[in-house]
Amino acid sequence: MEELAALAGGFAVAVTPYNIALMVLGIVLGVVIGVLPGLGGANGVAILLPLTFSMEPTSAIIMLTSIYWGALFGGAITAILFNIPGEPWSVATTFDGHPMAQKGKADEALVGAFTSSFVGAIFAVALITFLAPAVAKFALKFGPAEFFAVQFLTFASFIGMGRGSPAKTIASMCLGFALACVGLDGVTGSLRMTFGHEELLNGFKFLVAVIGLFGIGEILTSMEDGLKFSGADAKLKMDAVIRTWRQLPKMTGTFIRSCIVGCWMGITPGGATPASFMGYGLAKRFSKNGKNFGKGELEGVVAPETAAHAAGTAAMLPMLTLGIPGSPTAAVLLGGLLIWGLQPGPLLFVEQKDFVWGLIASMYMGNVVGLVIVLTCVPLFAAILRVPFSIIAPAIVVVCAIGAFTVNNAMFDVWMMLVFGVLGYLFTKLGYPLPPLVLALVLGDQAESSFRQAMLISQGDVTVFWSNWLCGAIMTLGVVMAFWPIVSGVIAKFRGPDRVAKVA
Amino acid sequence: MKTSFKSAAKRLGASRLGIKRLGLAVGIAAAAVAPAWAWEPTKAVTLIIPAGTGGGADQMARFIQGVIQKHELLSKPVIVVNKGGGAGAEGFLEMKASASDPHKIIITLSNLFTTPLGTGTPFNWKEMKPVRMMALDQFILWVNAEKPYKTAKEYVDAVKAGTDRQFKMGGTGSKQEDQIITTAIEHETGGKKFTYVPYDGGGKVAVQLVGGHIDSSVNNPIEAVAQWRGGQLRPLCIFDTKRSTYTQKVTETQSWADIPTCEESGLPTHYQMLRGIFTTKNATPEQVAFYSDLLKKVMETPDWKEFMEKGAFNQTTMTGADFEAWLTDAEAKHRTLMQGAGFLAAGAQ
Repeated sequence: MEELAALAGGFAVAVTPYNIALMVLGIVLGVVIGVLPGLGGANGVAILLPLTFSMEPTSAIIMLTSIYWGALFGGAITAILFNIPGEPWSVATTFDGHPMAQKGKADEALVGAFTSSFVGAIFAVALITFLAPAVAKFALKFGPAEFFAVQFLTFASFIGMGRGSPAKTIASMCLGFALACVGLDGVTGSLRMTFGHEELLNGFKFLVAVIGLFGIGEILTSMEDGLKFSGADAKLKMDAVIRTWRQLPKMTGTFIRSCIVGCWMGITPGGATPASFMGYGLAKRFSKNGKNFGKGELEGVVAPETAAHAAGTAAMLPMLTLGIPGSPTAAVLLGGLLIWGLQPGPLLFVEQKDFVWGLIASMYMGNVVGLVIVLTCVPLFAAILRVPFSIIAPAIVVVCAIGAFTVNNAMFDVWMMLVFGVLGYLFTKLGYPLPPLVLALVLGDQAESSFRQAMLISQGDVTVFWSNWLCGAIMTLGVVMAFWPIVSGVIAKFRGPDRVAKVA
Repeated sequence: MKTSFKSAAKRLGASRLGIKRLGLAVGIAAAAVAPAWAWEPTKAVTLIIPAGTGGGADQMARFIQGVIQKHELLSKPVIVVNKGGGAGAEGFLEMKASASDPHKIIITLSNLFTTPLGTGTPFNWKEMKPVRMMALDQFILWVNAEKPYKTAKEYVDAVKAGTDRQFKMGGTGSKQEDQIITTAIEHETGGKKFTYVPYDGGGKVAVQLVGGHIDSSVNNPIEAVAQWRGGQLRPLCIFDTKRSTYTQKVTETQSWADIPTCEESGLPTHYQMLRGIFTTKNATPEQVAFYSDLLKKVMETPDWKEFMEKGAFNQTTMTGADFEAWLTDAEAKHRTLMQGAGFLAAGAQ
């Protein structure tokens, strides 16, 4: 096992008091960045990047990646407590995390989220440690057709899965696609649906929509419900960690599924956001508790968090071996590597052994340190819910507004956020699910470009999606998923009428 | 190349207590910088990038920011913001809107010309003040190393012999520099067109080429150098009038200077991309001079020289009237090229 020897060398490089101090600093900063919506990990890393130019490359990347880990951990906190996803990949965490908080189990949800983040990350780092070259080759197989297949699968796994009717899910998704179209069309290079307004050049930014739909929408709903947070009177018990950990072994299947989905999406690179949605979708379909998802099931927190963190970590692999970033944060880190004089690519593992293995070792270390830090803070986070609504609600609105403003430094986005807030409230009242809209908004334009790139390459021949086993298998799986409600109905019919009632 | 990477790392890592020192440095520099110029920034300077994070312009802008901070060249902080919406229109319109704020500067790429022409955005480079051309970025014709084409001529012949649209050219964006070059190459392929596939970043294009999903690309050197060194991509020719001046070996056997020009290989096309800095329209000559001098100091640092070599940049630099003449010429050239290709938006005719 030469990897183990190299890894031991890496630990020797990474584990110095100076580096550990940087790691702690980075994680704390990252958690703060993750908590503040709008100020995503990518922005945080970009702001701090110039500070690291005078550091050793290894120390610099340890600090920056620690910010990244911190942001990955931190995104879950506001998602669970206030239904405001601090980061795009925490949207799926709100589905069960927030209902848990409302039931007074915020501490369990937080511990579950942090622990599963950790498991996902460690799984992905292990993958990077032992399989980096092989995995990098796999990522090269992904052309536009394969990318579209993955995106199609993500959408398909959502249809018929929501709490509302499939028709409402599709309506919500279509609205998301329409919003995603606004701005520059990447394939033809012309503007569309901007109606001559300069503000719309940039399109509707996912974060602005999410902050409004979830954050402001939630505040509006709470106001209607009587100006208080449900779950606020839950007693704080110090045994949250042990209590939650006891429940986790039952979810081994979900952990494994989410780890695999997450790593795959991180490497291809699909990103942490689709990974979290897919992880949630799969768990809902295959878990014994699937029917309780959305009502505050711990497993519904574990599934997306494991997948998101596995993807976020695995995204480092294509960045290092291919020079393509698997996430926006990785894109900024990539710029950093070049500035420190390191050229990411196939030779990085050969020429810069100290750096690469130091980084990998720091991934193990960073996640252990991160877990300890956030777990210690769980009672503190959970206690925030005990602050009276009249104090915390204005604070949340202000933080949301700042977050929306930060995305583009534009006041227009703050107004957009408020509009989305009202929309979110109406959606909830009318029983339209929000997640499909959000998913379409975040993945819509990527899916569109992949589809059109694939069509350009194949000269308009749709069979390109079944032109090889990889793409064909994913597409077929996607089609099965999309029509699953019908398929399962048919299967049930054959088995006997008494089961039909259950499925429906 | 290995040694040069190491030395870069060492130089950049000269101070372990970098953060602390930088913090102090800002304070000391404020007192130390002599008022050699009639004007100095009175607050933080915003450097706008009319493109997304991670691309060539973004890398250069963040590098400039880092060099300014590291060498304490400016008493006020530099804030870098990405305003990449609408192929950079967002950033340019912000410069236009803040014509009287001399604390804003912008780094440009070819979208300075292509975005107004291709999308009809109401903007022209004359609505900003040119400060300095930092460098010209090169373009190279790349193919997958497993393909048999050893020279640009062999590749062009293969395109000629193939069916129309059989060969796929990948590039960054649509109706921008990569597609303009592709159209220019098509003048030499006997009427055979490429299928141009737009991607959202140069790094992705290089990887798609390695994966064999496209047949060729016109990546900037820095976007594909890693794959070249890894033996996955092969450079065929450089779109410049003369060969690169960098003779240090990049791969085992080749340096940037070993890549023939496209003209030598029977493909008389050249194109280079501006990497320049502009400030707002109503900036006074003193203000322009201040930024020009600041950037000159940046370019004199060893870090900058190394950055230039790594990306095989053409180190042409210009200011004042020369730069304006170059810009006028480049705009006319882009208009002709884009008109010929049918890329002009209705409003820009």
